[in-house]
Amino acid sequence: MDALLFMIFAAIAAVCGINLVIQKHAISSALSLVGVMAALAALYLLLGGEFIAAAQLVVYAGAIMVLFVFVIMLLNAGVERTTRRRPWAQYAGVPLLLVLFGTVALLVQEISPAGDNVIFGEFTKGTPLDVGRALFTTYLLPFEVTSVLILIAILGAIVLARKEID
Amino acid sequence: MNFLLLTVIKAALVAFILLTALAYVQWLERKVLAHIQLRVGPRRVGPHGLLQPLADVVKLITKEDMIPSHVNKVFYLLAPFLAVMFALIPIAVIPFGTDITIGPIHTNMELADLNIGVLFILGITGMGVYGVALSGWASNNKYALLGGLRSSAQMISYELPMAMAIATPLLVLNTLSFRQLVNSQDGFILGFIPRWTIFQGPFPFLIVAFIIFMIAAFAETNRIPFDLPEAENELVAGFHTEYGSMKFAAFFMAEYCNMITVCCVATLLFLGGWHPIFPAEYGSRFIPSLIFVGAAAICFMHAANPSRRLDKFTLPVVGVVALGIAGIFMVPILATALLPIFWFSAKVIVILFVYIWVRGTLPRFRYDQLMRFAWTFLFPIAIINLFLVGLWVALT
Repeated sequence: MDALLFMIFAAIAAVCGINLVIQKHAISSALSLVGVMAALAALYLLLGGEFIAAAQLVVYAGAIMVLFVFVIMLLNAGVERTTRRRPWAQYAGVPLLLVLFGTVALLVQEISPAGDNVIFGEFTKGTPLDVGRALFTTYLLPFEVTSVLILIAILGAIVLARKEID
Repeated sequence: MNFLLLTVIKAALVAFILLTALAYVQWLERKVLAHIQLRVGPRRVGPHGLLQPLADVVKLITKEDMIPSHVNKVFYLLAPFLAVMFALIPIAVIPFGTDITIGPIHTNMELADLNIGVLFILGITGMGVYGVALSGWASNNKYALLGGLRSSAQMISYELPMAMAIATPLLVLNTLSFRQLVNSQDGFILGFIPRWTIFQGPFPFLIVAFIIFMIAAFAETNRIPFDLPEAENELVAGFHTEYGSMKFAAFFMAEYCNMITVCCVATLLFLGGWHPIFPAEYGSRFIPSLIFVGAAAICFMHAANPSRRLDKFTLPVVGVVALGIAGIFMVPILATALLPIFWFSAKVIVILFVYIWVRGTLPRFRYDQLMRFAWTFLFPIAIINLFLVGLWVALT
């Protein structure tokens, strides 16, 4: 059952990911990204990360992507215009893609230890309680530093976007 | 297999009750609004217009299903589907009462008891905005687009104070599961004040959180005074201008379904779920019987001097049914199962009534007022409130 669900949601994530790249319209791409986020949330849930799954849904699919869609609608972005392809890109594209996939597969095999099977439902430390405790004890410094970083980014965005007052 | 069968039966039951409730909330709204405005409301179809929702459904289904030629077809058709889907899903985690045992079967009164129930509802309702935003964009119509834009901006803005307001009772009660939330609101302070969340903790702060939650909920469900996305004097009908027949009905259903969800969440988080308003030893278990006997008395009184010719026959029947229900609540075995459901639905219906009452009373905000209210008033107050409650929790 778990393996079947994993297959379904992994397939949805992969299809939405490919769709994100090949769609010509910005809104379609953004919605495909929402699909990827939602499928990822389901995968986190399968692995026992309840809080991460909920946060993924609330923050990424629910808030950030709504902002994306909002901005795309506000700017009324039209259909993407394709420039004429360079002749060498047409012929070299597919072999280069295969080389890339091969390299990635090789690297993954090198880095990850073989024979580690994932058992669904084995990990039980994903509750909000555990995540909260980890954030405020073990990972307090990285957590706070990230918050400050985000704050700086927000301030920077405001400074850049502010109209000049003469 | 037993679990699967039970779940299917429960899902069918919840879906049936929910869809019926949706139709009749709309009837209730039209009736109450009409009486606020000194009209009589729907009255032709069935006694006191009680069959009006049915007639509306038949009308909407049999209407011609038009697709305008200038729309983006895929998203135009997807949008109402998304809106209804994300409105119906949250009901699955809402408990309507305590566990019940019928013979060998022992079951919860909800479809799924998640221990992240509150977060789940926040996540799913946050996705609901896609239905509205997409319908506005795909309609290829300036009014619809403006409606969709307003809706997304409004949802993003009011989600923040709403999340802060939801976090406040979670801090005090220390759990995310709806069932545990309600269980920790059991009992009474000093023997008569119910230990609902709004009466727990430092005195006014939880009540402030409740009010912030309700204001933000009005905005999240696009209701007056925050119904800017469908402001009919500026935007024709807003995001659903180009929709007709069942696709329009889908948006309608989503709106009412979201209202019911929000009322359920408010009841569970702040108003003690299915716990009675005062202790059983002071007679709170006779309240449902009293209410139904009262309803029966009113029916008999009106049947004595009827305003319609048929009332002479229909109202006594309704009165006898009400007396029967009152009798059922007096049977001890049935009462233990039915009382929690009664208190839960009573609270939900009261909040729904407030929703309709507000719609009949308040005018609509201007758009800049709406945004300024969220960012410069509601959000700071929600943060300060949350901070003070957090301080109190840390100190005790």
